[in-house]
Amino acid sequence: MAKRNDRYQNRTELLQGTLDMLILQTLQWAPRHGYALSKAIRTNSGEILKVDTGSLYPALHRLERKGWIAAEWKDSDIGPRLRVYRLTQAGKRQLASERSHWERLTAAIAGILNPAKKENLP
Amino acid sequence: MKWAFWHRKRRNEELQEEIRAHLFLAEREAVESGQTPKQARHAARREFGNVAVAEEVTRDMWGWRWAADFLQDLRYAIRSFRQRPGFVAVALLTLALGTGATTVMFSLVSGVLLRPLPYPEPNRLVAVNGHTDGWNTEIYGEQKLAYLDFLDCQRDSHSLDLAALVYNSGTLSAPGDPQYVNYYEISPELFSVVGVPWALGRAFLPEEDKIGATPVAILGYSFWKQRFDGRADVLGSSLVLEQKRYTIVGVAPAGFKLYGYEPEVYTLLGQDPAGYLHNRAAQPVHVVGRLRPGATLTQAQAEIALTGSHLAQAFADTNKGRSLLVKRLQPPVGDVGSTLWLLLGAVGLVLLIACANVASLMLARAISRERELAMRVALGAGRGRLVRQCLAESALLSLAGGILGVILANWGLHPFLAFWPGDLPRAEEVQLDWRVLLFAVAVSLLTSILCGLAPAWRAPVREVEQILRAGARTVTTGTRRLHSAFVVSEMALAIVLLVAAGMLGRTLLHASSLNPGLDIRNLLVMRVGLSPATLADPAKIPSAWQELIDRARRVPGVQSVTAVDIVPMRQGNNEYGYWTSADVPPENKRPMALASSATPDYLNVMKIPLLEGRFFDDHDRLGSEPVIVVDDVLARSAFGGQDALGKNLWIPDMPCPQPDINKFVECPTPFKIVGVVGHVRYWGLAGDDQAQLRAQFYYPFAQVASPFLTRWSQLMSIAVRTTVPPLTLVEPLRRALRGAARDQVLYQVRTMEQLAHNSLAMQRFLLLLFGIFAALALVLACIGIYGVLAYLTGRRVPEIGLRMAIGASPAEVTWLVLRQSLGMILLGISIGTVAALAAGRLLERLVEGMQRSTVSTFFVTIPLLVLAGMLASLVPALRASRVDPVNALRQE
Repeated sequence: MAKRNDRYQNRTELLQGTLDMLILQTLQWAPRHGYALSKAIRTNSGEILKVDTGSLYPALHRLERKGWIAAEWKDSDIGPRLRVYRLTQAGKRQLASERSHWERLTAAIAGILNPAKKENLP
Repeated sequence: MKWAFWHRKRRNEELQEEIRAHLFLAEREAVESGQTPKQARHAARREFGNVAVAEEVTRDMWGWRWAADFLQDLRYAIRSFRQRPGFVAVALLTLALGTGATTVMFSLVSGVLLRPLPYPEPNRLVAVNGHTDGWNTEIYGEQKLAYLDFLDCQRDSHSLDLAALVYNSGTLSAPGDPQYVNYYEISPELFSVVGVPWALGRAFLPEEDKIGATPVAILGYSFWKQRFDGRADVLGSSLVLEQKRYTIVGVAPAGFKLYGYEPEVYTLLGQDPAGYLHNRAAQPVHVVGRLRPGATLTQAQAEIALTGSHLAQAFADTNKGRSLLVKRLQPPVGDVGSTLWLLLGAVGLVLLIACANVASLMLARAISRERELAMRVALGAGRGRLVRQCLAESALLSLAGGILGVILANWGLHPFLAFWPGDLPRAEEVQLDWRVLLFAVAVSLLTSILCGLAPAWRAPVREVEQILRAGARTVTTGTRRLHSAFVVSEMALAIVLLVAAGMLGRTLLHASSLNPGLDIRNLLVMRVGLSPATLADPAKIPSAWQELIDRARRVPGVQSVTAVDIVPMRQGNNEYGYWTSADVPPENKRPMALASSATPDYLNVMKIPLLEGRFFDDHDRLGSEPVIVVDDVLARSAFGGQDALGKNLWIPDMPCPQPDINKFVECPTPFKIVGVVGHVRYWGLAGDDQAQLRAQFYYPFAQVASPFLTRWSQLMSIAVRTTVPPLTLVEPLRRALRGAARDQVLYQVRTMEQLAHNSLAMQRFLLLLFGIFAALALVLACIGIYGVLAYLTGRRVPEIGLRMAIGASPAEVTWLVLRQSLGMILLGISIGTVAALAAGRLLERLVEGMQRSTVSTFFVTIPLLVLAGMLASLVPALRASRVDPVNALRQE
């Protein structure tokens, strides 16, 4: 139990910043339930990013606890009721800050990757 | 709030529902994409991964996992306790006794030493004391103030409201039977400065505080209850104190004990014309003050110091070298603090032993559950979780023990207080208040950590596989060492307490065997309040005493009677500085001696041996040569080996014949030593040897000049040598000595045996407590040894079986176990001996008359401890020797 827990928690942590951002970003367009959310991330990333469900639900509950997203039970016409998450005001602010952080990070990484090529020039 | 801990069950169901919905959607999509329902279900599951783990990790995100775990731990602990009621009972009892005893001692420390004074804003109350150059505060206590100096301070101070108080005593002759009472002469501001409310009536008025004003009195609350049955109509009625009729105007509040004593009556200081109150050389006044709003202690100190230096300049003949000091007012507890801390420390040791005991019990239990714990680790419990589990068990135990302990303390506190020898100052303020409860909680938490840490630390984490494979039969070296550590520390703590008890026992034995210097059997001493009419006229006093002695002598059963001002082993003493030549050095450079004035029969009545010369006789009177008789201690210290007889001593402070008592003129004439007598243990059997002041001399009461006779007579006692049990003569003496006006009272009636007995009361009390603590420690340590050995031996059964199979005899096996315990015991004793020596030093400093810890103390206590320890180990050892090798090996 413990070791497997650790494994999941580690992966959550590894992805944490990114996964949180992806969830917030995806919820920005419309409220979704967990399954739709994971599908949306997969589809929007061109089937490249596959969200591990073992990480998705912990992340959703953590974000809910932080108040960035809010959940609501909705009856569906297809059968079971669904827990639908939507972005809160705090979540919108968080998303903005995470996006700018992400952009700085990618720019910095790009900056490191690109000069390496320049140095190779004679 | 939906995150609330209490909704976790519903939350759990919702989470499961959410995940079910996820799986349902995934499955439906797979079906829509053309898979069979079965394939679709499997695909959805596969993609999702482990549902249970996902649920658990999600639950972690809710943030109250620790609380859920804690509840689970508690439930688990209760369940496992239920399986072992014996263990729980022993552990609870041990902890309850330990915490209970500690709580009782702490309530005393808290009530007597830590609680602020029971008045409003106690931190703004101050005491004003005097200090004369060369005055040794440690020996003589704080110096008080002269009344006139107080009045000057009161007038000049801007930062303090000041009030004065003088202790006095006298005969209250009406209404009702005469009674000797203590009264406080106070300035009218006293009650308002201290800030106590009124029980009844009114305070003194400032305009009443002068000579010639209508005499008014306030009753002490207890006295009002006892003597006046608490009737409200006492207001306006009158009482006669020292022949002066006072109108009662008020009753002081209950329990008002400003200097640790509740007087019977309060009168006004300003109405008292006594000479000593109007002489700056006499300093009888306690001064208490309250900082005015906005004023600080530093301001008050500077201000009063300035007043002091002005006074020293203005009245050089009386105030030279004297300064005035302001300090925060301290509760009047005397030197009881060291005893209380000592007892708290001792009881703390018992608590530590109790903790070690419970810890070793819990450790043994934890190890016998090692397989179970290892199984839990294998199933995924983290190390932290196991540690918390162990701590939850010990927390539950020690909190329950703590609650039981507080109940025990609550029940035992007052019997214990009643048991305290003499009066414990502020005893009425001792109670189980929040401070004590907080302490009990802290102690319980500490014990839970102490008890739970070892098993928690031992929690198996690393060698899970081995433990599961090997079964529960092996004891690792680490465990054995840990077990031994408990036994060793219990032994070490026990020996500290045993040696302390041994030292106290020796002290008591030694002190009881000491010669008090007089014959304490059939000797009755009592103070006498002479008729106030006699006291008012010094000319009548000598004949009044003579008549009193004659009357007492005629009571059947009385052998002889003497009058004396100070009585050995009773409170109250008088001391003077002396010198062997006329060239007397300043006061603080003179050696001091205890002085008592007595009638010629004193030596016979007390049966003090006469070593040389003579005692007083009827020829020693005013006008004849001033004589004294010294004891052998003074003779030795003043004259070395030389003969003291016939030599002179200069004693400038002695009451010389002077026309005016208010002028303290140094006595210029020397006193001739006419006799040398044996030393009397004035400070009690235990205390006298180490007392600062041991030299004694006696001077004839008949040579006390008449201006001093009134004061002296207020202090005089009579001692009666009887032929029958002395206490049977109390009533006959009371009747015989009542006097013509029936207003002479006997008070503080004691037999000399009682006084001698009381002089050892504190030592006896400490011995009893330390004896109990030591016995408790011994029993606990033995239980500890027994438990640890029984456990360790039980685990060694296969090994012992093997040893026996290859030829070890039962005796050898017994010795094997005993050797193990002997090793632990001896290690504990050697560590404990070092600690005991240190504790002995402490005792010597804190307890009067304490005998050095000697080799003999250790000779008695160490074998006792070894023997007890070996006896405790004998049962497991014998059990080991009866191991059946075949069975033992089969178990393996």
